Amino acid sequence: MTGHGGVVAAATGAEALSTELPVGRSTGWWGMVMFVATEATLFACLLGSYFYLRFQYGPQWPPNGIGDPELLKPLVMTAVLLPSSLPVVWAEHGIRQGQRWRLRCGLAATMVLGATFLALQATEYAEKLKHFTMTTDVYGSLFYLITGFHGLHVLVGLTMIGWLLATSLRGGSFGAHRHERVRNAAIYWHFVDLVWIAILFTIYLSPRL
Amino acid sequence: MSTTTTPSPGASREDLARLAEHWGERPSLRAWFATVDHKRIGRRYLVTAGFFFVLAGLNALVMRTQLARPEAGVVSPQEYNQLFSMHGIAMIFLFATPMLFGFGNFLVPLMIGSRDMAFPRLNAFGYWVFLFAGLFMWASLPFGAAPNNGWFAYVPLSGEQNNPGLHMDVYALGLLFLGISTTAAAINFIVTALKLRAPGMSLNRVPLFVWAIVATAFMVIFALPALNLDNAMLFLDRRFGTHFFDPAAGGNVLLWQHLFWIFGHPDVYIIVMPALGIVSAVLPAFTRRGVVGYPLIVLSIVAIAIISFGVWVHHMFATGLPQLSYSFFSAASTVITIPSGLQIFAWLATMLLGRLVIRVPLLFVIGFVVTFVLGGFTGVMFALTAFDQQVTDSYFVVAHFHYVLIGGAVFPMLAGIYYWLPKITGRMYHERLGRWAFWLVFAGMHVTFFPMHLYGLFGMPRRVYTYRSEPGWAGWNLVSTVGSYLLAVGLLLVLVGVVHAVRRGRPAPADPWDGDSLEWSTASPPEPHNFPVLPRVHSLHPMWDERTAESVGPGATSDRILSEGRHTLFTSELDAHPERAVQMPEPTLKPLVLAAALLLFFTSMLFAWYPVAAVAALTVAATIAVWLWPPRPLEQDLKVVP
Repeated sequence: MTGHGGVVAAATGAEALSTELPVGRSTGWWGMVMFVATEATLFACLLGSYFYLRFQYGPQWPPNGIGDPELLKPLVMTAVLLPSSLPVVWAEHGIRQGQRWRLRCGLAATMVLGATFLALQATEYAEKLKHFTMTTDVYGSLFYLITGFHGLHVLVGLTMIGWLLATSLRGGSFGAHRHERVRNAAIYWHFVDLVWIAILFTIYLSPRL
Repeated sequence: MSTTTTPSPGASREDLARLAEHWGERPSLRAWFATVDHKRIGRRYLVTAGFFFVLAGLNALVMRTQLARPEAGVVSPQEYNQLFSMHGIAMIFLFATPMLFGFGNFLVPLMIGSRDMAFPRLNAFGYWVFLFAGLFMWASLPFGAAPNNGWFAYVPLSGEQNNPGLHMDVYALGLLFLGISTTAAAINFIVTALKLRAPGMSLNRVPLFVWAIVATAFMVIFALPALNLDNAMLFLDRRFGTHFFDPAAGGNVLLWQHLFWIFGHPDVYIIVMPALGIVSAVLPAFTRRGVVGYPLIVLSIVAIAIISFGVWVHHMFATGLPQLSYSFFSAASTVITIPSGLQIFAWLATMLLGRLVIRVPLLFVIGFVVTFVLGGFTGVMFALTAFDQQVTDSYFVVAHFHYVLIGGAVFPMLAGIYYWLPKITGRMYHERLGRWAFWLVFAGMHVTFFPMHLYGLFGMPRRVYTYRSEPGWAGWNLVSTVGSYLLAVGLLLVLVGVVHAVRRGRPAPADPWDGDSLEWSTASPPEPHNFPVLPRVHSLHPMWDERTAESVGPGATSDRILSEGRHTLFTSELDAHPERAVQMPEPTLKPLVLAAALLLFFTSMLFAWYPVAAVAALTVAATIAVWLWPPRPLEQDLKVVP
């Protein structure tokens, strides 16, 4: 395209082509990826602070006889949260082909898994709070800040998924030609999932190393 | 205000009428609050940041008056603490970055040949958050509750036991609030520069100013989280009794410093980098040639953005960290001078090889080179651990960073104000008045801050509200105070020059400087849609290039006029091949509502009204949900069987 052609340029112009050719990443995709990048940095600083404080503290960690964290419940939570990305992927692929039932079912499945994770976390807190709280010592502060901050992210992600589900119940909100919001929420949800692995390692596994 | 329009033979009269209808805003109170036009938002950033600059400057004048002679009693020690803290916080967070983001907001879409930013509503939201966060912090000063712990708020002094009251809560919450705005703007700049460039503007044709803004935005994305986390932990420690910075319960005070400077040193470049971009943008018009070594400057910008994350410990050479780490950070701090020096030499070579046109913007650029290089010299001295430990926390440091920040940021901003004033306001400034302003600012700056090197070396510590006469610092302090008044008069003349231009200036032509970048192809001030025809870019200096000019002339195709709606063009990230036309959002009040809800949230957190904070948080969520609610269903999607 030379920019000052006549008929040829009009027929191959950007608008004419946009429905025919695959196009690059949208602004929304880039925006979400950048947002996830800054969020990931925040988690990196958080986990970095955990290790900094741990290694500055001394050999006995967790301190004050708190004891190594129990592993069973976090592993169950992992088993619930990690697979929750799969229905989102399935739903996203569905809506790209205009299959709204797949979008609705996939999102609903993820909602259930995410909510189960939060419920499990609530029971874990109920147990732990009997032993130590945020104000007990620096270990308590770190434990509740990191897991609580991640829980908040799960809640935000669930709100996004729930919002998508609510909008998708109106016919035509999403379809083969408009599914960008689904993809953006999916990116965020995958991020929330993956961060959990780093938290599992840091909070629950690393004290046993 | 509109005075001139460029002829745009490429777009027909009907096209122009349609563009004006889709993009224009009828003046009304609602339109004023609802605008998403990047030019209006950019102007607001500039004016608001300028206002905060005046306030922070007045703080400095009070401090200099107090320090003019030994044991003066103009302000109490408590007031002095708040004055120097707010001075630093406002200059760094509420003036420097927002001012440069204001330039970026106004200029980036114009320079890359787009009709708006990638996310216009997010842009409006970012401005309102900046305004509210600034007012949130400044409002604490009249109540005597302003931050009082210096701009870097070291623990344990900033902890609850040592510093009761709201002071440091205002600091932590205010910066968290402001961080939302900065992050939003950074993401917006990156995506705009990646996706909205005019067709043909491949990465090797992107103006240096845009490169600088994008590199800055990347630094914000990776540096700001450290500050946000730091402030969140400080607030939790102070308000809810956690122990992150409490050694008695296993916490560590140095964690604050590490996180702060992991943000803080990149932040120095976050401030200076876009200002250096202004220098690269101003020079071609006044040297009549492109900046020497474009690829090298781009590489320097990228290198600085990366290396700036590996030098933070040079702010902590006096904290007793292991010697080995000092060696590493000392080396990194020395290495970063190479790309910085490379840029300086590129500008010098540009001036040497070009034909100089001595106008006010060029004067400020030359003033920048002189001042910034002096600040750079002392900067290299700090990279040497032994020297740093001698002068840390003395006035030598104060002298250094004022040379770097006034030289490296304020002078380029002033150059930018004079250079783009015709584009922003449509009026020319008064040249003689501008020259007076330059010489007064330049002289005032050096008279104020050069003596600080000396009495810093003589041992005067920084952040003291007064001093005794015995050490012999009084004379030099008086010189500094006189200089600060001179500087204030110079800056006042800048303000007078701007007001004079807006009120009485003669109308500016579209391209008063015969500039090289695309903003000069638009009207002064630009139409709401910026470009009647989106240009097709053929070189690094599109305005000096006939083929680019031809592309907006007769024969321009409708895929670059896009007058059927509020449309602009997406292009590919690397080569800027046209991808598709996109609908841009209409003006809306939602960004203002969202920012107001956040203001309510942070205010109620400050005063511990937690139920109100919960309501505000729900309002935030609801506003976002409504904001993002998909518009009416697409027809082609309704036909598809679910």
